Amino acid sequence: MFGKLDWSAIPFNQPIPLITSVILILGILGVLGLITVKKWWGYLWREWITSVDHKRIGVMYMLLGVVMLIRGFADAIMMRTQQAVAIHSAGYLEPEHYNQIFSAHGTIMILFGAMPLVIGLMNFVAPLQLGVRDVAFPTFNSVGFWLTASGALLVNISLFVGEFSRVGWLPYAPLSETTYSPGVGVDYYLWAVQISGVGTLITGINMVTTVLKMRCPGMTYLRMPVFCWTTLASSLLIVAVFPILTATLAMLTLDRYFGFHFFTNDAGGSPMMFMNLIWAWGHPEVYILVLPAFGVFSEIFSTFSGKPLFGYRSMVAATLFICVVSMMVWLHHFFTMGAGAAVNTFFGISSSVIAVGTGVKIYNWIFTMYGGRVRFETPMLWSMGFIFTFIIGGLTGVLLAVPPADFLTHNSMFLVAHFHNVIVGGVVFAVFAAVEYWFPKAFGFRLHAGWGKAAFWFAFIGFWVTFTPLYILGLQGMTRRLQHIDVEAWRPMLQLSVVGVAILIVGVICQVIQLVVSILQRDKLRDETGDPWDGRSLEWATPSPAPFFNFAVMPNVEGEEAYWGIKQRAIDTQQLAPEPDYRPVEMPLNSPVGIYTAFFSTVTGFALIWHIWWLAGLGLFAAFIGFVVFAWRDVHEFEVPVEELIRVERGRRAARDAFLERIRQGEGAPS
Amino acid sequence: MSDLPFPIAREAVLRRRADPDLAGHDPHGPKEAVPGTGHGDSGPASKRIIVGYGFWIFLLSDIIVFSCFFAAYAVLQGSTAGGPTIKDIVDLPRTAIETGALLLSSFTCGLSYAATNARNKLWTQVFLGITAILGLIFVGLELQEFIELAGRGATPQRSAFLTGFYALVGCHGLHVSVGGLWLATMMAQVQLKGFRHEIIHRLICFNLFWHALDIVWVGVFSVVYLMGAAA
Repeated sequence: MFGKLDWSAIPFNQPIPLITSVILILGILGVLGLITVKKWWGYLWREWITSVDHKRIGVMYMLLGVVMLIRGFADAIMMRTQQAVAIHSAGYLEPEHYNQIFSAHGTIMILFGAMPLVIGLMNFVAPLQLGVRDVAFPTFNSVGFWLTASGALLVNISLFVGEFSRVGWLPYAPLSETTYSPGVGVDYYLWAVQISGVGTLITGINMVTTVLKMRCPGMTYLRMPVFCWTTLASSLLIVAVFPILTATLAMLTLDRYFGFHFFTNDAGGSPMMFMNLIWAWGHPEVYILVLPAFGVFSEIFSTFSGKPLFGYRSMVAATLFICVVSMMVWLHHFFTMGAGAAVNTFFGISSSVIAVGTGVKIYNWIFTMYGGRVRFETPMLWSMGFIFTFIIGGLTGVLLAVPPADFLTHNSMFLVAHFHNVIVGGVVFAVFAAVEYWFPKAFGFRLHAGWGKAAFWFAFIGFWVTFTPLYILGLQGMTRRLQHIDVEAWRPMLQLSVVGVAILIVGVICQVIQLVVSILQRDKLRDETGDPWDGRSLEWATPSPAPFFNFAVMPNVEGEEAYWGIKQRAIDTQQLAPEPDYRPVEMPLNSPVGIYTAFFSTVTGFALIWHIWWLAGLGLFAAFIGFVVFAWRDVHEFEVPVEELIRVERGRRAARDAFLERIRQGEGAPS
Repeated sequence: MSDLPFPIAREAVLRRRADPDLAGHDPHGPKEAVPGTGHGDSGPASKRIIVGYGFWIFLLSDIIVFSCFFAAYAVLQGSTAGGPTIKDIVDLPRTAIETGALLLSSFTCGLSYAATNARNKLWTQVFLGITAILGLIFVGLELQEFIELAGRGATPQRSAFLTGFYALVGCHGLHVSVGGLWLATMMAQVQLKGFRHEIIHRLICFNLFWHALDIVWVGVFSVVYLMGAAA
């Protein structure tokens, strides 16, 4: 009746997961209870859960990403402390549990932390910057988000029901085959990643179509903000490589469920094919994460230097260069496989060459600051911290790209330090910078600057204190994923790393306090004009928070830095552009299809993990019924009346008029 | 820059001298408005273009899924583990009928869209129906092949080669089957709702999907069956 599922799946004898799960479950029940008592369900359902507004979906993606980031950080704390105490001793984590923790840490951080954060940003920002009202497929967008959430839910269910994968964040075959991993851990991984992968693919298709086919009048390719270019490049990569992940995981699933022989080490299977396939996705994946981050920094450097981005076209070229070359470097993850000198040389060179594109970008950002009036606001601090951190990360990456050197550092702590250096320093710093930068556009008030700066300094210093020792340990020969350590000489560095984690925790606390303080002081931090940073792209042309239709009248772009041009014209002529002719706007209706799909994906995924075949069949049948029912819907859009547009637009114009008035009187003159 | 007529290049140089910080930036004047193409000259493209375009992107991603299975098949083809080789299991006459049915179904699918363009419900349904029947014949023959092979002990569990074979051919078969479900849904929608915009958009997408599956089958037929028979 319930397949492999019985009471032994609940970890009653393992205190750590049990207590964590109980706290989590109580927390979730508490939140649900609060929502019920406060009667927020109606609001949540109408305004968020069924919303197809790209901004709402973007915010929900960010929320999911932040929650998962905290979950992944908890795993990281456990790993660092375990290694610091497990020197000549067993530590406090069992090997089976420790292996689940590092597997969950990687999976969650990359696929359920960083990906939702980056995709959330693309969702929130790109349509606003392109001057349009929504993405190409708003309902699909909602489906994509909810599928990602469904995957995240499955990973977290594994904490309480059964176990998670123990084979690392990528299920390397043949270790992940049933012979060596008979439990449900790898199955949790497979179905969670597969379901969220479909969600990511949907987003990729959506964003490519949005950027290529939905731009406001006059927004030619070379007038798009760099963030839109990086969104395009990242989404193209998603479309190009996520199918590889889907296919590879499908093959592993066939191996595990039906005894196929894709990656087994008997009957002619090829484990090395798994390495090639998974990294043909895995390497472009890191560029999917980091390209939008580069876009964020481009926006921030230009805005806070009060200058156009230096070398805009070379930035675009470098973005596309990275986009293409990122698909030709995957073999550097397994130089030691023995592909031969010629193959290793090719991939060594291509891996080094990709640093050229990144170098171009770094110089462009530095030259953007050069000669500019730099304002050291919180987003700018994160961005400058990024440049420093990312250069070191990039340089150690070039070291690893040299095959002979890689034979010494392969799978060492040096590698661990390197990829945290680029992913934390690149993606996570970008996300924090972006949250500080675009928060007012989402919620109408700025985040508190002092706590933000404190959070940055603790995170920045904490990061370096955590990971510099790991570089040293790697060079001393320490390999990754050790549950206990038998080398006394590594003790000081491992303990220093824990000090770094403690500083990072302070940074996280500052970040939380910042959010609370900002909400409490929201009236003081209110963004009245909708343009709090003296911005240059079109999202700052909307009021804060942006109305659901974004633009009452689609902007007409007449040059690069679309909003900067409009703003300067207004300042020069001392008046806003004449009021246009308002027409009703068609907007997509809310749809529960996303949450419906996610519900049945979670049920089907859970059923497949535990071999509850009837439930899996039921879930798929329900999915098909849902497909038909939703395809039957007759009305997809509603019309926003002109009066509503005029009301919002007049408010916006009044705020901008007040801004012009202030300039006229010589107060807050634009920097 | 070199191919630009001289006065424009000169203007660009002058503008850059006037404001060195604008290096690489040359704002263009407004272009003439043309109906929405999505190319930036004008506003967003029409719904029809967006839907078709998005579906194309999906098809490309789907073709990448297939390419992985093709690659896996190519890698594993020689790993027969002492079991049957491709030459032992190819049955060209049956595959020829399969191919004929599928290619013909693509043709009838195209005819159905021609009927849709003429807004003729009856002929749209007739040709969609024929497409469905041909698709069913294809899937049926493929199932028959799989059952026969399994009866001879050539199951996907036997060897890595058979794993690659079943997965590649089966992946295509699964696509055709899901396409059949979609086709049935579309026929019901056309019948009950007529030629609304969104129905026509979906018919376009279905056509694209069906033709793409045909193209993939040409690859499967060539790489697996023809090359297998010649091996």
